[in-house]
Amino acid sequence: MGQYVLRRLLQMVPVFVGTTFLIYVLVWAVPGDPFEGKCGERDCPASYVAMMRERFNLDDPLLLQYWKYLVNLVQGDFGVTSSGVQVVDRIAAAFPVTLKLALVALLVEAVIGITAGVVSGLRNRGFLDSLVLVSTLFLISIPVFVTGYVVQLVFGLQLGWIAPTVTSPTFGNLVVPGFVLASLSMAYVARLSRASIAENRRADYVRTALAKGLPTRRIVGVHLLRNSLIPVITFLGTDLGAFLGGAIVTEGIFNVPGVGGLVFRSILTKDGAMVTGVVTVLVLVYLLMTLLVDLLYAVLDPRIRYD
Amino acid sequence: MLEVEDLHVEFRTRDGVARVLNGVSYHVSAGETLAVLGESGSGKSVTAQAIMGILDTPPAHVTRGSVRFHGEELLTASPERRRAVRAEGVAMIFQDALSALNPVFTVGFQIEEQLRLRRGMSRAQARARAVELLDLVRIPAARQRVREYPHQFSGGMRQRAMIAMALALDPEVLIADEPTTALDVTVQAQIMDLLAEIQRERRMGLVLITHDLGVVAEVADRIVVMYAGRIVEQADAVSLFRAPGHPYTAALMRSLPRLDSKGTALETIRGLPPSLLRIPPGCPFHPRCPRAQGVCVTHVPPDVRLGLGRTSACHFAEGVVGGGGVGG
Repeated sequence: MGQYVLRRLLQMVPVFVGTTFLIYVLVWAVPGDPFEGKCGERDCPASYVAMMRERFNLDDPLLLQYWKYLVNLVQGDFGVTSSGVQVVDRIAAAFPVTLKLALVALLVEAVIGITAGVVSGLRNRGFLDSLVLVSTLFLISIPVFVTGYVVQLVFGLQLGWIAPTVTSPTFGNLVVPGFVLASLSMAYVARLSRASIAENRRADYVRTALAKGLPTRRIVGVHLLRNSLIPVITFLGTDLGAFLGGAIVTEGIFNVPGVGGLVFRSILTKDGAMVTGVVTVLVLVYLLMTLLVDLLYAVLDPRIRYD
Repeated sequence: MLEVEDLHVEFRTRDGVARVLNGVSYHVSAGETLAVLGESGSGKSVTAQAIMGILDTPPAHVTRGSVRFHGEELLTASPERRRAVRAEGVAMIFQDALSALNPVFTVGFQIEEQLRLRRGMSRAQARARAVELLDLVRIPAARQRVREYPHQFSGGMRQRAMIAMALALDPEVLIADEPTTALDVTVQAQIMDLLAEIQRERRMGLVLITHDLGVVAEVADRIVVMYAGRIVEQADAVSLFRAPGHPYTAALMRSLPRLDSKGTALETIRGLPPSLLRIPPGCPFHPRCPRAQGVCVTHVPPDVRLGLGRTSACHFAEGVVGGGGVGG
């Protein structure tokens, strides 16, 4: 197990270098000078452009630029934005908000998705089963930005039940954005749990548990659920990784000051240092989440061993 | 002790109604081994699942008959009462222990949960009892293995664990559904010996479901032979092997390899078992029977008494037995 974790961590090094290099190139090697549009209507003074090019090593060959960036990065120095703010500070401010939003969304997705899936998977073709199938199909077919704006318009502006935008990112204020962010995955979780339960409920070990005279509640709640939820939990794990990557659309609609919005604004303002910094963190988070999911998989299913 | 009478079960499927059991009756008493013999699809496992009350309903429906345990009717009993009889009165072990055991729980957990839930034992007591049970079925190093998962056991050890699990609540009757089919021949013999020994020591009733005449010959006191959801012959083991009373039993025995017929081709039963959606009229075996006459096509044969408690569902039962089992 320890060796496996070590090997996986080492495998992250080339992935990390590769992805950060790609991002760096994409951000800095695009045509056009990133500093020419920074001074409003006028052209920037040549001295300013020269100073900025010097600060971001833009006159070095691309590989050397990247090398310098990487050396700073591994020392924890993410650099500064073009307006001189520490990239690290901005990330540190935005990340906790995104983390909160991701946890709310994960909770919504898990509780509602699994409950709906289990209930419909246990009974074939009843009213509830059809209800779950149709409503999940509905959710899957609607893009998140539509769900988001409709929720904001109806509950926020017309009915006035919720604040249309998030003023301060507390857990309570993030419930509605969390629902919107989770809606699509919730539908997938419901369908995945339903299929998994329906498949496992005819399994031989369920019949054995029945023959042992166990109560139905225990057969479903312990024997059936524990087996059926293995794929669901791994799906939830990767999904959390995706949520942590920031939800550009949802955060945008509800004005949540999280990572998604940060990336979006930095791309619009061509703030290369910011984009590379944030995306680098996201790559790391996602790699760690995948490792966690793989380890969790071995905990849930004893037949899987990493030796 | 356990009696099945005139049991009828249907599977209602999209293709029609399959009449899987058509009046099955047998009984087993304490300390007795009853072998239920038949090909796949003859209804031997369905009978067992109907006794346990673990048929998949739908599609299976018990349409007629009676299952009694110590005289108490089980088919109409409350779900709670049926659940109470499972594992404590009648326990069951299954063919493929790898899929019949839950893969994500330890063997110990799966034995202990019944003890904790039904006997109110503490974790420690249940663990100690589980180790004893694994010892009883001769699993070496039971104290360590109780913490292992089913996939860490070999095939034979898994079946032993399954037996230990079934014995946890000291059942009076054990139904073993093809307990050795998935195992190597040498391991098969060990498991059969173990079952026979446990059955003797505990004076348990044992219902042994199998398609293997060889297994039956060694341990069974009485044998019922099933074909197309009916019992075609019922006899004590000795007389059945000496002189089968039904052409189907006779044909089964002729299809066994024998030492003195080395070098000759093995006999087979021509044709296939009938589809349960369309059971032939009259005697269901008549299309494959070497003795079939006109009456076999038109009339369902009654159970003919052959003495010594033997019965055979054949119009010509006396002739079959008289013919020394050679058949037509």
